[in-house]
Amino acid sequence: MIVAVLAAALVLLFFLSLCIGRYGIPPGQLLEIIAANFGGTPLGGTAETVIFYVRLPRILAAVMIGAALAVSGAAYQGLFRNPMVSPDILGASAGAGFGAALAILLSFDSWGIQISAFLFSLAAVTITYLTATVIGRKNDAVLTMILVGIVISSLFSSLISIAKYAADTDDKLPAITFWLMGSLSSASIGDAKILALALIIGAIPIFLLRWKLNIMSFGDEEARNMGVDVNRIRPLIIAGASLLTAAAVSTGGMIGWVGLIIPHIARFLVGPNYKILLPVSLICGSLFLLAIDNVARNAFAAEIPLGILTSLIGAPFFIFLLWKGKKSWV
Amino acid sequence: MKIEIKNLACGYNTGIIAENINLRIESGQILCLLGPNGAGKTTLLKTILGFIKPKRGDILIDGKNINCLSAKKISQSIAYVPQIHTPPFPFSVLDVVTMGRNVHLGMFASPSKKDYALAEETLASLGISFLRDRIYTEISGGERQMVLLARALAQQPKILAMDEPTLNLDFGNQTRVLNQIRRLAQRGIGIIMVSHFPDHAFLLSGKAALMQKNRPFIFGNTDEVITEDNLKSAYGTNVKITGINMDGGVCVKTCVPIIRE
Repeated sequence: MIVAVLAAALVLLFFLSLCIGRYGIPPGQLLEIIAANFGGTPLGGTAETVIFYVRLPRILAAVMIGAALAVSGAAYQGLFRNPMVSPDILGASAGAGFGAALAILLSFDSWGIQISAFLFSLAAVTITYLTATVIGRKNDAVLTMILVGIVISSLFSSLISIAKYAADTDDKLPAITFWLMGSLSSASIGDAKILALALIIGAIPIFLLRWKLNIMSFGDEEARNMGVDVNRIRPLIIAGASLLTAAAVSTGGMIGWVGLIIPHIARFLVGPNYKILLPVSLICGSLFLLAIDNVARNAFAAEIPLGILTSLIGAPFFIFLLWKGKKSWV
Repeated sequence: MKIEIKNLACGYNTGIIAENINLRIESGQILCLLGPNGAGKTTLLKTILGFIKPKRGDILIDGKNINCLSAKKISQSIAYVPQIHTPPFPFSVLDVVTMGRNVHLGMFASPSKKDYALAEETLASLGISFLRDRIYTEISGGERQMVLLARALAQQPKILAMDEPTLNLDFGNQTRVLNQIRRLAQRGIGIIMVSHFPDHAFLLSGKAALMQKNRPFIFGNTDEVITEDNLKSAYGTNVKITGINMDGGVCVKTCVPIIRE
């Protein structure tokens, strides 16, 4: 029921987003153009170019990046039994950012950027996880993991700075800088295709194993006694979630907070059972980022980087969660 | 079904915590693991559950060595009832109990209607159907212990391994949990439980094991194991054991620590 409502809202927002922008297109004209293209007789003209070459790739990218970040955030939270983590807090985003910056520096193509981002994202999460497990054994495990994540994040952020420092100031440096700010304005259909592929590959293991995430949130020993092969499932989920993060980061730059906020909103809507939580997180993530991107490109005369908007919403939300306390995570 | 332990030594990477452990428990029997803090009760329980590898010796489930069984096979026979805890997410009670069904599901499977129905039956058999839709993180400690018990029973095990099932429960809830444990044993389930109270062993009238630091492991019938001398040696405190005649001519023993000489 709620899935149907959210999906309908997403479809509606999707078409609305195609209409709004600096070059306004009335819904009637949009439908005409879509009908004509499906009929095999494109009308041509500015409106059609705007829809298919400017807005559609960008909107598809927003929808998929939102979904990827939300699903990876939800997966990390269940896997690490910690409702306060997300790809950015665990260092996965910064890792992917460094991987992508390095790939841009070395003039890799889109695929190379994607793969490099994935490998460094995976490395960052693994380092955070192992360090936090060793340190956090006797202390507050939830906070320890957040702190270690922040350390690993800042480590990879300084590596990004080194990459920028080493970059050619005419060509590579602007590319890295603009990309890091988190904008979808340059998203192409090619980007959207790579993103879609990574989204599917990364989300499949997480969706197939999503019910087991419930059990894993009770800890390794209990999960093991309930027949969950923790040592096989954990790497699969980490790999899937890191691939999702990397795909989102290498297309849209470092967009923070989505992976933290959205699973909480989804939990508030449908409860913590991953069977339903994960699909709802996915749709909410798409809805959220698409809405944010519409604000980013329409609200002001100049476009605002996405990451700034998500931080403005996310930071107060994080404080709110901390304040609500450990007993009643929603 | 029976579990036999022969010359077992258990511990972590840091070293051996308890050794020369020999015991044997069958379906329908209740074994209380007693001993002072740090004697290795929980370590032994976790070794039996297969969480920790034995340092030496053998654990045999129906004659088969535990080292040769997969984690899944072990969990289909022995279900773990952990100490009461708070998981990070507010699952419903029915969801928590249904998770126990996972031992009978494949790697990518999730529970069917049948599994949910079985979880509901388990709740009913413990008389806690009213908790079905409550939130696990919001119910009382006693209720949570019963839910964890239900979750373990949903695994349909032959043996239950319980880590201090009465921890942090009030007097009434302790009694209810003990009663339930006895009823489960009568249904043919074997029970291994870690306890801090020798009285629990008397009340459940089964087998007992006393673990002591640097002293031999004692296993046998409760009456032989829980003696004034053994308790003094294990806990370092003087104890008197006395019997109370209950209705129906049954004599239940109880032990009273001596505070002043």
